[in-house]
Amino acid sequence: MTKDNSYSAVLARKPEIIRAAVGVDYSKFESGSIAFDYEGMMASTGYSLEDVIAIQRGYAIGNTPLIELHNITSLVRSLSKTGYGARIFIKDEAANPSGSFKVRRAATSIHHAKRMGYPGALSATSGNYGAAVASCCAKSGLPCIVVQECYDSRGVGQPEIIEKARKCEALGAEVVQLSVGPELFYTVLRMLEDTGYFNASLYTAFGIAGIETLGYELAGQCRTQIGKDPDVVVCTNAGGGNLTGTARGLYKADCFPEIVAASVNLKGLHMASDTQFNKKSFTTGHTGFGMPFSTWPDRSDVPRSAARPLRYMDRYVTVRQGEVFYTTELLARLEGIERGPAGNTSLAAAISIAQELPESAVVVVQETEYTGAGKHGSAQLSFARQNGIRVSLGDPKDEVPGESIVLPAHPSLLRAEEVDLDHMRRSLITHAAETVNQAPTSADIAFLAQETKASEAFVRNTLSETAQK
Amino acid sequence: MANKGDWVRIHSVILQPGERAAAVPEDTKRVPLEQWTKGYLQADAAFGEQVSVVTRTGRLVTGTLVDDAPHYTHSFGDFVPELQQAGDEAFRLLFGGERR
Repeated sequence: MTKDNSYSAVLARKPEIIRAAVGVDYSKFESGSIAFDYEGMMASTGYSLEDVIAIQRGYAIGNTPLIELHNITSLVRSLSKTGYGARIFIKDEAANPSGSFKVRRAATSIHHAKRMGYPGALSATSGNYGAAVASCCAKSGLPCIVVQECYDSRGVGQPEIIEKARKCEALGAEVVQLSVGPELFYTVLRMLEDTGYFNASLYTAFGIAGIETLGYELAGQCRTQIGKDPDVVVCTNAGGGNLTGTARGLYKADCFPEIVAASVNLKGLHMASDTQFNKKSFTTGHTGFGMPFSTWPDRSDVPRSAARPLRYMDRYVTVRQGEVFYTTELLARLEGIERGPAGNTSLAAAISIAQELPESAVVVVQETEYTGAGKHGSAQLSFARQNGIRVSLGDPKDEVPGESIVLPAHPSLLRAEEVDLDHMRRSLITHAAETVNQAPTSADIAFLAQETKASEAFVRNTLSETAQK
Repeated sequence: MANKGDWVRIHSVILQPGERAAAVPEDTKRVPLEQWTKGYLQADAAFGEQVSVVTRTGRLVTGTLVDDAPHYTHSFGDFVPELQQAGDEAFRLLFGGERR
């Protein structure tokens, strides 16, 4: 009998395809209501933090340098009131084999896939994660497929994504490229079913456990190098895994800094729009992923996402595209380090945040990513111009996503903007209540308080306000 | 024209405009979901013909032949004066010197 491979038929088979492709039965973590056993799911990998560190050593991952950005700190102090301007450090994750922190995320998955006898691994990603999976598969001797959303209907590809395709191929992966649209998931399901490969999802517990080592390592390095814990750790936020894993790792080291999420402001651009696809100059680290994945994490390729950033977020800020390109230039010109651009979203935010803090405070930017052809300020700004975007020096507050990119004419014009975190918390709680027919149980309320890093009173107030509406 | 065994790029349509997901924006719904894959060509063919390839992972995939020996042409883009000006100005603010 031939399989029905229509869109609706394949999506109807999603639960069994995903279950076979990640080897996890998610139903055992469910309560039947809103709450589910998040920590039980995280522990279900069977790999402890020490195990994950050992696995990553096998792939030559981790122990990346923590670098003090003396010159950027000096520039920040010149902009701050007397006695202010925190020390800024950056964790140079570009030093990892695949050129970004994402390889931490891939390692446990690929180690596990190999151990469980899967014939290969597949990943759906247009980002650095593709190269990360390809890198680990190369080392493990596993075939690898990376599926990317890359082109608009004119066949014009984002230069940043094309470079990532090149890198995946350089590391031995088969790259399948698609035009814009969330139905990418349909092709992924078909390929998983046809190949029997492991789904190296970004959102399983394997992936997030891999990032815990970043936070754990960072805490240790601060204690050894600086003699104190960081006051603030800034994480670029898109799907939420980076922040979730880093925070969990910090907590496991008994280190509790303020955790700040930073995203590029792409307000007004629709992520699944064919005509707007090439109007943006960032393909990750932006609000188009950061907002929806924070307020509702369970929208990924697995039933329950292990990336749940609102559980750990103390503050959320946005920066403009022009501010991130500018910061990328500062890192090159003042520190002699060429990285990013997208990974420098958190550094742009840190430059702003450090001005609010005393000179004794320590702000850590927890990642960098490699730079290359296509994945570079000049490549991405040239591409923006070709797509009708105005590029100028001025006040970044005047930037309109999809129309203009404004680099700060002076560093004092770089200013992160606050996101209303309580509004995001209420959004998650309200949405959660809508997913069940009965009133939330007391276990649900305790769960939602953890989900949003808020009090149970906050959850109850939000639920009663929603009920009144 | 490409020969059997050549490393080629093929194109196919995965979903026609009428088959696209309900939640997709209108502009995206008007165009097909397209796919590009690379592999070893299974028989001699001309560009535009339907062909089969075997990919790096051994999958047999069919589509329209669009390129033979595909290579990358992405670059560092054009000169962007704003980036250089921004970098020069920040350097001058920190270390001093003349504007040029």
